[in-house]
Amino acid sequence: MRSHLADFDLVVAADLAEALRLLAAGWRPIAGGTDLMVLFNAGRLAYRKLVGITKLPELTAITLSPNAITLGAAVTYSAIQRHSLLESEFPLLCRAASWTGGAANQNRGTLGGNIVNASPAADSPPALLVYDAELELISTSGSRRIRYGEFHTGYKLMQSRPEELLVKIHLPRHQRELSQYARKVGARKAQAISKVCFNAVAEVNSSFIKHIRIALGSVAPVPLRCRKVEEALSGQTLTSTLIAHARDLIAQEIQPIDDIRSTAKYRSLVTQNLLTEFLGSLL
Amino acid sequence: MANAQIALTVNGAAHTLTVPAMKRLLDVLREDLRLTGTKEGCGEGECGACSVILDGELVNSCLIPAKQADGAQLVTIEDSGLGAIQQAFAETGAAQCGICTPGMVMASFALLARNAKPSLEQIREGLAGNICRCTGYQKIFDAVVKVSRQSS
Repeated sequence: MRSHLADFDLVVAADLAEALRLLAAGWRPIAGGTDLMVLFNAGRLAYRKLVGITKLPELTAITLSPNAITLGAAVTYSAIQRHSLLESEFPLLCRAASWTGGAANQNRGTLGGNIVNASPAADSPPALLVYDAELELISTSGSRRIRYGEFHTGYKLMQSRPEELLVKIHLPRHQRELSQYARKVGARKAQAISKVCFNAVAEVNSSFIKHIRIALGSVAPVPLRCRKVEEALSGQTLTSTLIAHARDLIAQEIQPIDDIRSTAKYRSLVTQNLLTEFLGSLL
Repeated sequence: MANAQIALTVNGAAHTLTVPAMKRLLDVLREDLRLTGTKEGCGEGECGACSVILDGELVNSCLIPAKQADGAQLVTIEDSGLGAIQQAFAETGAAQCGICTPGMVMASFALLARNAKPSLEQIREGLAGNICRCTGYQKIFDAVVKVSRQSS
């Protein structure tokens, strides 16, 4: 059933200070609305007072420093795809943005919204995990930064308080050449939510893995960084035996389930095959 | 009470309206402005039937609260500048039941505005957010190709 319009209010914040004041008073943020409005249209949106944040300059800029590229939390998937420096340094994030919905949703949907909506099936979180992103949260009592790898603590649970606003996502710029890999497996190419979304980056020198990060979507209650597999591979020379070992380990580290989109068994096998494809490409 | 005064420019005409802040832009267009060319399909941003152009960008109007569109420039299927695309849709037989057609035309317009000569792959990608229940995609793609060949 539809929501009753008179029960709801929405104010577009004139500036960040107003947004934070309203959040402190119990209002909730709305950005592109591509998730919240679906709930609203179905009569399932739990919040009655919403503050619009899409036009705040702090949330819409993409800024550069020698050490990081910083994205405002309300930067859209379209803006991510059109940014040439992101494309050259963080291509997996651009690819994830292109996988998320069609053109209309990419024009409205935001990176910060994708993070705080906290769907384990979202496509941008695995990219942010392998790039070791940092989140900046702000409230009337100050701001703080947290590593994205520590942000999701359980299904739809996050290290943030209701009055805090996610303002920025910092991507540390990598100084060295990385092998980068991402593949989404879904029912169709367009508009389909992932059955498995696999992302990895590695620093490799003639089959010796100096450094590797692997993260997946849709295989656990949270976007999952596979630290045990990373540990087993770092500082090792790749061999077919090591790849077979990594396949076994990743099947133990993920926690896939059966749901409307796929089965645990299929997700596990696909995850192992994608890991093999990536590691095979490094040999 | 959650009414808001909003200003919209729709197909070049300025409007000031008092509507519930969370009323969907789709319903503002259809009910308050009587522009019923924009259709509701799924109501959850999956099908693209309600596509309009907001400040130069293709959007699903079912997902936009009225207050968030305050001050926006909108282009809808009723705009007089869409004739060439509409003509091509008619000539290639790109409409069957017609419910997806306004959204398909708007998505085609948005695509061609950015890329006057899209490849077939780019057309498929540009229209990926628009679903045709009659599955008449090929003739829709043909229509976009036809328009792109007409432009110099």
